Order: sequence, then C-alpha cells, then structure tokens
Amino acid sequence: MSTATTDKRAKLVTQQDRRRQEVRLGWMLAGPAFVVMLLVTAYPIAQAVYDSLFSLRLTAPDERDFVGLQNYLTVFSSTDVFWRAMIVTVLITVVAVSVQLVIGFALALLMHRAIARLRGPLRTAILVPYGIITVVSAFAWYYMFDINSGFVNSWFSWVPGISEEMDWFAETWSALAVIIASEIWKNTPFIALLLLAGLAQVSDDLLEAAKVDGANWWQQLTRVVIPNMKAAIMVAVLFRTLDSFRIFDNVFIMTNGDAGTEVLSLLAYRQSIMRLEIGLGSAVSVIMFVCVVLIAVIAVKGFKVNLAEGTGSNAGQKKETK
Amino acid sequence: MINTRLTPKQKGIWALIAVVVFIYALFPVVAIFANSFKTPADVGAGTFWPQNWTWQNYEMIFVGQAQTLFLSALRNSIGITLISTVIAVVLATLCAYAIARLDFPGKRFILFTSLAVSIFPVISVVTPLFNLWRSIGLYDTWLGLIIPYLSLTLPISIWTLSAFFKQIPWELEQAASIDGATQWQAFRLVIVPLAAPGVFTAAIIAFFIAWNDFVYGISLTSTEAARPVPAALAFFTGSSQFEQPTGAISAAAIVVTIPVVILVILFQRQIVSGLTQGAVKD
Repeated sequence: MSTATTDKRAKLVTQQDRRRQEVRLGWMLAGPAFVVMLLVTAYPIAQAVYDSLFSLRLTAPDERDFVGLQNYLTVFSSTDVFWRAMIVTVLITVVAVSVQLVIGFALALLMHRAIARLRGPLRTAILVPYGIITVVSAFAWYYMFDINSGFVNSWFSWVPGISEEMDWFAETWSALAVIIASEIWKNTPFIALLLLAGLAQVSDDLLEAAKVDGANWWQQLTRVVIPNMKAAIMVAVLFRTLDSFRIFDNVFIMTNGDAGTEVLSLLAYRQSIMRLEIGLGSAVSVIMFVCVVLIAVIAVKGFKVNLAEGTGSNAGQKKETK
Repeated sequence: MINTRLTPKQKGIWALIAVVVFIYALFPVVAIFANSFKTPADVGAGTFWPQNWTWQNYEMIFVGQAQTLFLSALRNSIGITLISTVIAVVLATLCAYAIARLDFPGKRFILFTSLAVSIFPVISVVTPLFNLWRSIGLYDTWLGLIIPYLSLTLPISIWTLSAFFKQIPWELEQAASIDGATQWQAFRLVIVPLAAPGVFTAAIIAFFIAWNDFVYGISLTSTEAARPVPAALAFFTGSSQFEQPTGAISAAAIVVTIPVVILVILFQRQIVSGLTQGAVKD
C-alpha cells in the first residue's frame, strides 16, 4: 500500500523535476539570443528616449541641459523640415508599396502558372534584384538617369517632358520618381515570393468549383484567389510598409536629401551623426520608432494578421473558408 | 495542369513574357555592368554600352589608386558579415531548437521580441550606439559593427529556423533512443542532418541582410579600419574632384554583386523556402 503511494509521489516529483528541467533548458538555449536582441535594441532605444529630453550637442558636451519635451516641440513645429520629411516618407511608402504589390502579384501569378521549363529561369531572374545590395541598386538607377552618365535622356527624348538636358535629380518630383523606381525594383521580389507562397495555399478544389460555376478568369481571381490569400497579402504589405518607411540608402546615394527629397531616416541621421545634435536627432529617432510601432499595431489589430503565430495565412484561410 | 500541350501561340506568349520579365529584373544590373567597362570619356557620352571596352576601372580598384580603399572595405565586409552571420546562426539555432522542441513559458514572448526587433528602424538605434561606441572605444572597429548587425541577422534567423524546426519529426529522436542510442547520439545522428538545410538557409539569408547594411556602416565607422563596402562606395571620390568616379564605383559594385548573385542562383530554392516559411507557412 504505502509503496504504491510513494511510487506515485516519486513519479509526480520526477515529472515536476523534468518539467522544471525543460523550462530551465529552454531558457538556457533561447536566453542568449533573447538577451543579445534586447541589448542591441532595447538599450539603445531607451538611451535615445533619455537623450531626446536634453539639449545636447557633441560639439559642446558640457552644455548638457535637461529641456523636457522642448526637442519634440522644436521638431513638430518645423513644418518645412520635419513635416516635409514625414510627407515625403509617407508618399514614397504608399506609392512604392502599392506598385510593388501590383507588380509582385503579377510576377507571383506568372511564376505560379508558368510552364515547367520557364519556372526555374523566371524565379532566378526575379530573385536577382533581391540579391543586389540596396546601395548598388541605388547607383545603378542613379547612373541611368544622371545628366552626365545617363542614357535615359537620350533614349527617351521623344517623350514630352524629357529632353537631353533634363536633370532628374534637381526637381523634387523627378528625383522622387527615380528613388521610388529603385525602391520598387529592389524589393518587388520579396512581395512576389510571399504572394507565390500564398497562391500555393489556395486550394484547387475551390478554383475548380468556381470554374464549374462558370466564373471567368477575373472573377476567379477576385472572388476566390485573392480572398483566400488575404493573410499572405497583409503580411507582405505590412513588412514592405515598415521597410519602406525606413528608407535611407537610395535617398542618401541619389540626392542626399537635396531637391526636397529628405526622408525621416535621413533627417535623423543628419541631425545626430552629421551635425552632432544628439538631443534633436534622438527626438526624430524616437518619433520614427513610435511611427513604426503604430503602423505595426494598426496593421495587426486592424487587419487581424496573426504575426505571433508566424503564419496569419492559416488562421485567415480557416476563417475565410468557414 | 495547363502545361500539357502548348499551341505555338501560347509558346510565343510565354517567350514574350519571359523576355519582359528578364529585361525588368536584369536591366539595371546590365546597365551598371556596362558602366564598369567605360572610360571616363564614354561615361559622359550618354550611351548604354561602352564605345571602347576597358579594364581600367577594375585595375583602379584592385591594383590602382583606389586599391587600399576598396580592398580594405572588401576585407571588412567579408569578415564582419561572416562573423555576425555565424554568431547569429549559432544563437538562433539554439533558440529555435528550444522553441520547437521544448515547452517553456516565454516562448511566444521570444518570438514576439524577435519580430519587434526586426521592424526596428535602424536609424533609431544608431544614434545612441554612435555615442556609446565612441565612449567605450568600439567606434570604427569590427566588433562595433558585428554587435549591431546581430539586430539585423538574429530575428530573421530565429523566425526561419523555428518555422523549419517545427516541421522536423522529433519522434525520430525518441525512436533512436529506444533503439539504444544515447540522447546525444540520437540528436547528432538523427536531428542534426535533418536540421542542417534549415541552418544553411538561415545562414544565407542572414549573410545577405548583413552584406546589404548601409546605415550602421556609414554611421559607426570613419576609416578603412572597419568601413564595409556599401559605405565605402558612398564615400568613393575620383582622382580629381571634378571627375565623378562612375566607372570605379560601377566596377566595385559589380565585384560585390557577382558573388551574391551566384549564391542566389545556386540556392534559390532554399532562399525562397526560407523567406516564405517564416512569414506564410503551411
């Protein structure tokens, strides 16, 4: 009798022990990565928040004054610098992501439906821009349009508005157009790949059923395919939006913010690293951080993308097919 | 399905589509490739192809006056990127193994943290790092870039690997144990071979992302001691201040692009599965 209860208890103890061991092992294995991620991001952002409350220039480090929210007021009241950069950034993001979504979807459909012999080469070609570093892509586009080295002017001089002497990087709109074009070209592969994965998850049965019911190609696309891959689309759009909002490399290379193309990242970089105005620069950095978090939260809440599950598409699909 | 027998017309349409996609995807690369073979006079001529093909731009960056600048940047890029990739993949493998295999509180929180880190605007982190690195002596050093690069490479590695590891049939490990293998043997002989492709995929993607960095590169370095290639390209100056070093920059751009493009072509299948598994997996 008593041996049976001790046995049971011993079993319970070992079970608890094992459980505790598993938890410990789990954190031992996952802990280092977790700690490193926190150290390289949480600490600096906390420091940026702290620094943003001071009037601080690296050129005069002794004149460090606590100014509260003064830096933020300064930033928010500078219509021609901060708000302009904000508008330019949002404009680039909206245009680039929408065009990327359309081209990316077209490329995904192509890869999905391509004849077997073309599938490999098509995918390879589409992946090439992904492998090009952003700075190189920026230079490639810059040199194509540049007034000295570019051939675009001489090729397209028959187009109204384009002449041999056109300086694309001297005007806001033309400079922005080239910046956005390079952004689209470089990042469309990413969207195309995510959408291709989403396409693969649209069940053939549903498509067959739609075909039997007499739906034409467009109806199949808009009524069956797109609703069933909504989650993949949302994930792709969210990631690209967050990324485009942080745009820096191509603007730095092509115009360095001249001709009214300054974006938020560049503004923050210039304030802190170039002009060593750490207080003001940190305030811009913190504002950007808050914007990114807001975009993510709105997307996750508003569109019910379940990012913590890592899928979204599964959850979304189940809901759709119910 | 649709590719049973193609009519000549369908074949023609597919050929046309393929040509359009190829031009779209490769045109800027070919353009900068053409630039890299132009003489300074050709650069100003505004034509697509060089009038006189020349190796002088490549000579300039490998043996000429831009040699120290370019070769040190290349060395920095390769070293810093490889080291941070290795560290990220090792840490991420341990982390992803724990997430996929073990049950412990905080799992979801770790995944959520890595997601949050991956959406971080680099520029928000770089100002405080700039200050901190200057005061503790990490400014303009390899370590001073390796550490921040982990914020780029770790999250994507963790996501790719944990999605990958979740598909591994862990029961095999138990089966091996029952057959008399020790736990370590079971892990090493059964799980490691199954996990290797995922680890490799994560490594390639992490390498790309680190190789692509620009903001950390220009903000946290100031000399040839640690400045990586993308940053060096941006600060390239010609032999005289009146001459834009278009040809030399193009040549350098081609040199750093070719290895990456070869990797993409060789491992496209892994890259595609790695990139898509993390975000939209079955």
